[in-house]
Order: sequence, then C-alpha cells, then structure tokens
Amino acid sequence: MNKKNKLIWNVSLIVALLVLLFVLEQVMPSGSMLFTVLKKGAIYALVAVSMNLLNGFTGLFSLGQAGFMLLGAYTYAILTIPPESRASVYQYYDGGIIQFAIPVPLALIAGGLIAAGFAFLIGLPVLRLKSDYLAIATLGFAEIIRAVFQWDKLGPLTNGSNLLRSFPTFQSVLYPFIVSGICIALIVMLINSTYGRAFKAIRDDEIAAEAMGINLAHHKRLAFVISSFFAGVSGGLLAMYQTTIQASMFKSAMTYEILLIVVIGGIGSVTGSCISSFLFIACSEWWLRFLDNENFYIGSFHVPLLRAGFRKVVFAVVIMAMVLFYRQGIMGTKEFSVEALQNLFRKIFLRKSVKKAGDTHES
Amino acid sequence: MDFVTRNLPYLMAGISVGGQYALIAIGYTMVYGILRLINFAHGDIFMAAGLILVYSATVMPMYIAIPLMIILTVLIGFIVERVAYKPLRSAPRMSIMISAIGVSYLLQNLALYVTGGLSQQYPAIPWISDTVTIFGSTTKRVTVITPVLTLVLVVLLVLLIKYTKIGMAMRAASRDFETSQLMGIKINSVVSMTFIIGTFLAAIGSALFFTNYTGVTPTVGAMPGLKAFVAAVFGGIGSIPGAVIGAFIIGICENIIKGVGLTTFSDAFTFALLIIILIIKPTGLFGEKEADKV
Amino acid sequence: MSHEKKETDTVLKLENLTMQFGGVIAVDNVSLEVGKGEILSLIGPNGAGKTTAFNMVTGVYAPTNGAIYYKGEKIVQNTPQGRMKKLYQGENADLYAGKRVIAPTPDKITKLGIARTFQNIRLFKSQTVFENILIAKHMRRTSNLFTATFRLNAKEEAQMRQESEELLRIMELEDVRDELATSLPYGKQRHLEIARALATKPELLLLDEPAAGMNPQETLELTQFIGRIRGEFGLTIFMIEHHMDLVMEISDRIHVLDFGKSIAEGKPDEVRNDPRVIEAYLGGAQDE
Repeated sequence: MNKKNKLIWNVSLIVALLVLLFVLEQVMPSGSMLFTVLKKGAIYALVAVSMNLLNGFTGLFSLGQAGFMLLGAYTYAILTIPPESRASVYQYYDGGIIQFAIPVPLALIAGGLIAAGFAFLIGLPVLRLKSDYLAIATLGFAEIIRAVFQWDKLGPLTNGSNLLRSFPTFQSVLYPFIVSGICIALIVMLINSTYGRAFKAIRDDEIAAEAMGINLAHHKRLAFVISSFFAGVSGGLLAMYQTTIQASMFKSAMTYEILLIVVIGGIGSVTGSCISSFLFIACSEWWLRFLDNENFYIGSFHVPLLRAGFRKVVFAVVIMAMVLFYRQGIMGTKEFSVEALQNLFRKIFLRKSVKKAGDTHES
Repeated sequence: MDFVTRNLPYLMAGISVGGQYALIAIGYTMVYGILRLINFAHGDIFMAAGLILVYSATVMPMYIAIPLMIILTVLIGFIVERVAYKPLRSAPRMSIMISAIGVSYLLQNLALYVTGGLSQQYPAIPWISDTVTIFGSTTKRVTVITPVLTLVLVVLLVLLIKYTKIGMAMRAASRDFETSQLMGIKINSVVSMTFIIGTFLAAIGSALFFTNYTGVTPTVGAMPGLKAFVAAVFGGIGSIPGAVIGAFIIGICENIIKGVGLTTFSDAFTFALLIIILIIKPTGLFGEKEADKV
Repeated sequence: MSHEKKETDTVLKLENLTMQFGGVIAVDNVSLEVGKGEILSLIGPNGAGKTTAFNMVTGVYAPTNGAIYYKGEKIVQNTPQGRMKKLYQGENADLYAGKRVIAPTPDKITKLGIARTFQNIRLFKSQTVFENILIAKHMRRTSNLFTATFRLNAKEEAQMRQESEELLRIMELEDVRDELATSLPYGKQRHLEIARALATKPELLLLDEPAAGMNPQETLELTQFIGRIRGEFGLTIFMIEHHMDLVMEISDRIHVLDFGKSIAEGKPDEVRNDPRVIEAYLGGAQDE
C-alpha cells in the first residue's frame, strides 16, 4: 500500500468515526454511560499516550503525570472562569487576583505550556537520575505541586483547597475526541520523525545513543517537556469534563492508573494506549458496575460477595493478572493500522481458502 | 529554653514518628538492596496490618490479636513476593516495579471493599496507649516506647545479618545477585526471608503508628510508605543504619515544620529533601557507589 | 602493510593522560599519537587500562590529569581537583593546574568526527538493521523539533535514508536490512556496529576489541574488512585488540600498555621482539 492510499484510508476512517459519534449523539439519550466512557476515555487516551512517549518510547520511567495534569487543569480553570463568576468561586479570597478570561482553546494551550514550563525546570535536576530514582523523584514533584496548590497563601490564585468551578465545559463527545485526536496525531508524527528515532535509541541503550552523537540531556528534556505539555492539555480537558476541580483529585493513584493503562495497552504502542484507555474506563465505570450491586441474581441464585467496591477488586485482580501473565499488553510494541488489519484479514481469508480447495489466491 | 519547651511535643512526636518510619524503611531498604526493586506495595501492607488488627481486635483479646496480626501481615508479604515478584525475576526492572504498583492498587481496592471506604477506628492497645507526662508535656506512652523499641529491633536485625548464615546470604545477595546464586545460595529463600523480616517490622510499626492516629483508611499506607522510602534513599539505599537515621531525621523535620505552622508542606518537605539528596549525593548518606561498565 | 607512517599530520594525540579511580591508577601518564590514515593498535594484558584510555578519548570518563588533542585542537583537558588533589598519586600533577577544564560529553566527541564501537556489542535492540544506521544520521541533522515533526525536512530525511541505504550496500548488510539488529549472527552484529559508527561520518574510528569472540575464519574476514573500510572511507583507526594475528597483520604501529603504563611502541616486528612486551605478557600469565 503506498503512502497516498494509506493517508486516504486513515482520513476516511477518522471521518467515519466522527460521523458515527455525531450520529450516536443524536439518537442515544445523552445520559448514557457510553458517552461518559467515550469522553473520559478520549481524555485518558491523550494522557496515556503522553506517558507512553516518555516511558515507552524514551525509556524514562516518570511518575509525575498527575502533577502535570493538575497544572494543566488549574491553568485552564483559572484562566477561563468568567470575571462575573469569580466573586462566588473565590469567595474566601475576594474574587481572586485574576479578573479576566481568555478563550477556551488558548487556555488549553496555556495549560500545556505551564505544565511544560514546570517540566523544564523539574527536568534540569531530576533527568540526570537513573530509572527508579527518576520515578520516585517525579512522583515526589507531583506531590509537592499538589501541596503547593492547596496552600492558602496562594488562595487568590488557586482558591486554596477549595473547588474551582464555573469555567466553560463541553457537551458534545466530539470535543474531547477532536482535541485528543489532534494531540495524539502530533505525538505520532514526532515519534516517526528523526527525533522519535533518537528517543528510541536512548530507550534501547543510552551509552550507545550518546556514542552516536545524540545529546542525552537535550533529548531527555525534550521528551519530558513534550510529554508534560500534552499531560497539561489533557488536564485541561479533564477539568472541562469534570466541571469542577480540586487539587486533591490529582493523587499519585491517578498516575498509577494511567501507568496501568499504558502497560495494558503495551509499552511502546500508541494505538495500544488508546484502545486500553477506553477499555480501562469502560470496565471501571460501566461494564463491571453490576459487581457493585448487592442484589444481583443469576436466575434465582443470589451471587455472593457483591457489594460496593467489589468491582474495583475484580478489576485490580484482572490488571494484576495482565501485568504478570500478559506482560507485552494488548498491542506489545506494534501499532494498529489499516495495513495490519488488511494483513490479518488476508491471512484469515487465505487460510480458509487453502482449507476449502487449495485454490490459488493472489496475495 | 522557652523555645525548647514549646517545641518539645513536636520534637518528641518527631522522634516517635521517625521510629515508626524507620521500621517501615528497613523493609524498603532490604528489598531494594537485594532485588533493586522499589516495593511500592510495602506501604499498603503496612495499611493492611492496621486493618487486620482493627478486625481481629473485635473478636479476640488483644494478646492474641497482636501476634495474629503480625503473622498474617508476614504471610501477606510472603505471598505478595511469591505471586507478584518472583515470576518476574528475569524481567526488566520496569516490569517488576509496575507489578509492585499493581499490588498496591489491588491491596488498596481490597481494603476499600472490606471497609466500605469508611475510616476504621483503631483499637486502643493497653499500656502503650496510656497517657504519660514527660517534661511537663502529656503524650501517649507509645511516643516514648517507639524509639526504644525501634533501636532494639534494629540492633537485633543488624546482629542477625552479621552473625547468622541467612544474614550472610543476604549480604552476599545484595552484593551480587547472580554470583551469589552461582555460589549455591538459595536465592528464593533469601528473598522470602527479606520480605518476612521487612513485613514483620512494618507490622510492629503499624501497631505503633496507628495508636497515635485517628483511624485506618485504604490509602493511609501510601504516605508513610513513600516517606519511609525517602528515608531509605536519604540514608543510602541498601544500608540499614542509614535507613534508620534517615527515618529519624525525616520524622523530626516533618514535625518541626508542623510546629512552625506549615502543615501543608510537611509532606512536600519530605520530597524536596529527597530531590535535594538525589542531586547532591545520589547514593545517600551511607550508600555505596555503583558505576556502569562501558 | 603498505601504509607506512609518512603522514606528518597527527589526528589524535594523548598527552600525559592519567586516570585514577579512588586509589587505583588505571592509566598512568600515557602519551601517544595517531597519524592520519594510520592503524594504531593498543595492546596489553587484561586490566592494562586499554578500555579506560578509550573511554577518556570518547568522553565517557574525564581523565584525572592530562590532555587530548584532535587534529591539533585541544578537546579534553583536566587536572586533579577536589578530593583528588590529595589522593592523586600520578605524575605531572601541576602540569595542567590552573588551565581550563575541558570535559565534553560523548556526543560532542562524536560530532567532532570520532566514532567508536564497544567491547560488548551495544546495538539498539528493538530496532532493525536499517534503523540502527539511520539513528546515527540524527546527529548531522539541520532540522529542529518543529520542522522534523511537520515533515518540513522531507529533503533531509530522504537524504538520511538514502545515505543509510548506501552504507548498507557497501557494508553488505542489504539482505538483512529489515531484520532486528539482535537477531543477526554475532559476526554480523560486529559488522553492523562498525557500519553504525561509520554512519556518523567519522575521520577517526575507535574499535574496542572488534574480533572478541570470533573464530579464526571470522577474524581473518574482519582483518580484510578493516583494511578495506580504511581505504574506502579514508579513516584513521585506533584499535584495542587481543588477537595477535589480527594486530600484527593490520597495524601500522602498536602501542603496548601494562599496568596503565606505556612500555613499548613501534612497528609490529619491533614490538613482537621487545623483551619488555614479552615479559609483560608472560609475566602476566593471565592472558592468552
């Protein structure tokens, strides 16, 4: 398949997906769990891919994602709350110090930039650390950021430990899909560029990469800053989805969840991260809900053990099983593509035709 | 002098918390020393120990409940290692760390299910929960006992590592995992023993920690766990005296910061300390240097 | 060999290089020169400090004392500092005192035109043969992050790929182009590592035991191969090697280290009969 064909295929797939989403939204009740999953899944897909860029493609084991999402979410919220609502939101801080609002797209980008800026500063010291120390140092930074944002001295800016609300949100499921889609496309383009190759070289062997003229500090910082930028954007989207935010939401447990999404999808696979974030959200928010229902019967059999929280236990056991027995994840390091799908169909089809009559088939 | 009397409660609380962190930190430092693994689940095992005592104390007297709690906690530590870490011994380090995060996630969710998400009142352990007065400030007896008990246990542990056969095996394994295996050391039993000791100390630590605490929630283990890990890094990971000293320093500093009125930053301080030590002296106070061979 | 050391211009010059780890002196006041177009072999018993010397040239370690020049330009310089001031047991402690410390990272050295291979092969494991070579082209890019992401550098990208293909052809690795680098047989992996080093367009190539783990047949092929690439790419080669057949056959000159010190230097025949060299090898007895 040539490049042009591939592009046409991909574009038409994306258009088809968007049309499908649009139609779904027209025909299904807006309260459906499906939309919750799609919205949240799209946002998590972005942050999972951004984490994968770092952990999967550059080999930097960072656990600071929740901190960068917090920065993005707060920047977005602080910059977009309409001035007329500020008095009520910042009721303990005389309406806060910021008395303007900027357009939503600009605020999302600003969220990304603030996260990226912090990542740059944090990266100066911590990126010199080796794998597990880097993990714990970035986790530590996320905790520090969370504490700082809850500090009441910064209240006029961050509203202290109180909720931020009244900022613009989205209704349509198309919104997070389009924003996340554009961001993920950018990340994929980066991964396929010469810089992406340098990142993978660092992941495979730092010493050899350096001997091949790749400046380790520069490239690690690039990956870290870019990954944080997109984590920041996804933080802004998450704020829009949640409609209210609070620093205490962005705990390390959030980073762990994102990490598990990346692992389940396959470390080093962008499409894997996307697929697994939808599956992850669907399982945790929707499909396993029945496990929380105490009065669940199969026929007349009252299923024991079921009550609030059981869903999460089952879910955690499934994840643990995947981590242990299915380590390469759904996609491994492969990517889902039209081409791969075609090959798969061709294989299945060929095998069948061989079985049937052994007639030759062009391949 | 006035300053001292005013800050004495914080200082004492600091020493006490430091002792509790030390008991957890030893588990981190020993496991890291041998497997090069940050056992993210260690803090949650500590939480589980708290919950076990909460539930067992309701159905049996304390003098049975406490030993039972210790045995069950050690059992959890043992099982976690066998199920979640042992199969990954030859896997990349990132996988085993992810597995540790998975175990942590599982234990927290399990606790959430069992408790229904409600904070569980920790039972009062007789004698150590009693109130005593020292230098004019009142406190629970546990505050005084913790540092003493910690030091006794640490000395016993150091003796065990220095003079017993299993201790020697542990030292060998932390020096060079592969070679010690080739020298006929039963590496699996060494690793299991490490987890048993680590969780045993964490179980005792939990009894001391929660006596001074309002209640047990599913995520209560995460913070002390991380702080104990920082203490282990601070002292030089792999070094037991280092972990203990690091834990006391962190416990004291954190409580002094609370005393000054910056409670919001007491957690942040620990991590700031971690980052500073990693930048200035990545091997910690007593750690040994390791170089990559080209 | 036909190449005599006639060239007057020196490509690489090590000057009073000393490397001390704690109290151990790994390389002790070594000075040597590599002339343009020449093959200089560094030999010596195990633990003589050969790889340490290489690591100082390529920027992996900063020397404790001494300087390195590349084509007349000083690229590395250091003097004992901090704790080392007291600990230092080597010679010429004051020679570089007060002078500028120059300690570039390995990537900077590679950019100058010095490429290397490793004693234990270090290929990019998850990448194909072609990609391994293509990665080495990243260094000479003129594109930035933005132009590379949005493919505004299509021309340069195409050129990178074309040059890599060309190199694959010259190195006879075309047939394994799309295989994973680590799936190649051992000898081919060594070839690929050299090819990857050449992709950075070096003038000076450092080979760290290129024949390690090879059988006599493979060693013979490698000997011819090294001779061939020297001619084809106009290279100067500085090499560590244990296989004496290979060393004697291919080297223009040989430099011998023992316990970190230079003990002999000269043409293969001179070194072969040098009593100090024989003593070092036989006295050492731990080597082949």
